[in-house]
Amino acid sequence: MKRGYTLIWLIPLILAISLLPVIAHSVIYRETIFLILMYITLAVSLNIILGYTGYVSFGHIVFYGIGGYTSFYLMYRFGVHLILAMIMGGILSAIIALIVGEAVLRLRGAIFAIATIGINEAIKSLVTNLQFLGGATGMFFNFKIYKTYGGAAKAIWFAYWIMVVVTIICLLTSYFIKNSKFGYGLFSIREDEDAAVVLGVNTKRFKSIAFAISAFFPGLVGAIFFFKAGNIEPDDAFHLVKSIEMIFMVMLGGFGTVSGPPIGALLYERLKGILLINPLFKNLHMAITGFILLIIILFAPGGIVGWFRNRFKKLRSLLE
Amino acid sequence: MEAWIGAILSGILLGLVYGLAAMGLNLIWGVINVINLSHGAFIALGMFSAYFLFHFAGLNPFIAVALVLIIGLIIGMGAYFVALHRVLDAPELSTLLSTYSLSLIIIGLGTFIFTTNPRAIDIGLGSIGVAGIYIPISKILTGLFSVLFTVILYLFLYKTWTGKAIRAVSMNKSAAEFMGVNSIFILSLSFGIGIALAMIAGCLIAAIFPFTILSGSVYELKSFVICVLGGLGSPLGALIGGLILGLLENVFALKIPVGYIPFIEFMILVIILLVKPTGLITKR
Repeated sequence: MKRGYTLIWLIPLILAISLLPVIAHSVIYRETIFLILMYITLAVSLNIILGYTGYVSFGHIVFYGIGGYTSFYLMYRFGVHLILAMIMGGILSAIIALIVGEAVLRLRGAIFAIATIGINEAIKSLVTNLQFLGGATGMFFNFKIYKTYGGAAKAIWFAYWIMVVVTIICLLTSYFIKNSKFGYGLFSIREDEDAAVVLGVNTKRFKSIAFAISAFFPGLVGAIFFFKAGNIEPDDAFHLVKSIEMIFMVMLGGFGTVSGPPIGALLYERLKGILLINPLFKNLHMAITGFILLIIILFAPGGIVGWFRNRFKKLRSLLE
Repeated sequence: MEAWIGAILSGILLGLVYGLAAMGLNLIWGVINVINLSHGAFIALGMFSAYFLFHFAGLNPFIAVALVLIIGLIIGMGAYFVALHRVLDAPELSTLLSTYSLSLIIIGLGTFIFTTNPRAIDIGLGSIGVAGIYIPISKILTGLFSVLFTVILYLFLYKTWTGKAIRAVSMNKSAAEFMGVNSIFILSLSFGIGIALAMIAGCLIAAIFPFTILSGSVYELKSFVICVLGGLGSPLGALIGGLILGLLENVFALKIPVGYIPFIEFMILVIILLVKPTGLITKR
């Protein structure tokens, strides 16, 4: 199979962006770029199940919440190190995805979407009622926890670099899946699941693995985000709107492509930033997001990358 | 004993409201096979129409409902051509997202114009009490209106030519076209009726509960559960699903902590989807 050149510009670009706050000595840059990296990881991981496999996981944020809660609880109660807690959070998200996926991945199309919304809401209300997880008010870190990392200021930088590493691993995973036999299997499921079965693709296992991988990374992201925030509550961790934001970024960039979701995430973060700062548009950003989404769905279903790929054939090896 | 009777009575009344709220979603899902994620936004729009008709035109929500029906029909048919017509044959992701973007636009503009402050309509009808159980008259009226709209919708779908055409299109679009049905008109009409029903539900709910622009999403999520419980494409199914959910919420609340009820509801949703994706009660 012929490999393209997407990674040659994408990875250096991400690294360059990540180094910006160090070069500029700016905490504001760090916060913005942390969010961008977080969005990129969320979008890229959702793309594996949504874009590659064609299953609309509408409640995908549930895995971010599960990872966040697992690692937060481990750090809060047992003082586990962030890296270990994060990996445990990711693994638990993936395991839950495997179990849940075993059942819900039998559903197709819109019914699957509704089921994932149901799962998110069910887990959210369950967590709201579990007293050992802090119930509806959630949990707060004691500042002592940051001492392991050399104080709160250093802990935040530490979280930032972990986020950079996770983002790059996630991008590499997404790239290598797309260019592997496994990835072709997923695409065949997206195009025609019944035909894929006939061709000898073990669709059931392929879907489950894809779902687990796309749940693993949001678990990691949730762990880092809530470590940095210092508190976690159900409404933050299982916010359905965040799910929609993830889908929006994938659709804006171009679903099913490697470079689309990162571009979509970058643009969405900037768009949101600009709209939220402007006093006139501050309260209108939701309406504007909706309007852009509608335009994309109606007129450019392939997103930005899809549009460029159609228009300029020579760019195809650069924009996978 | 009194607690039980009270719970069952308010469960039935609440269930009728839920049923009405789900009917629009049910019709659209059943007829044009689109899960309308802007359903909640249109319920909220109905609530605000009732609010403004009450405060500026002095219309009681139970009278304003006729006006809201017409407004909903027009907006809904318009929304079909703007957001849905182009993507109807595309993969389901497109219709989910196009209706969701409608919802973002409506709620976004609504938040901008009306803010998220809670509002309420107080028509002051008082309540009637029998043997120590008091029920507000507005709740009884809302329940009666729900039954009334179910009957009207049923008669429309089963006794009129247009209604039969809607059901024909939902069964087989091309066969219906051969019989001289204008399928584009029928599809847009179905979406319009679905939206009108959502707005009517919002208008009636506004008469009994306080609300904000974001209130619709609660009813939307419950409507998914109801559609799955009651089966698709029949007004009666929606009403039955609503009654089950209303009774469940009120009767379970006597025995288990209220906080767990949403968990149980959504587990029911997921389990039914897994066991029988077409809904619990289906004809045909």
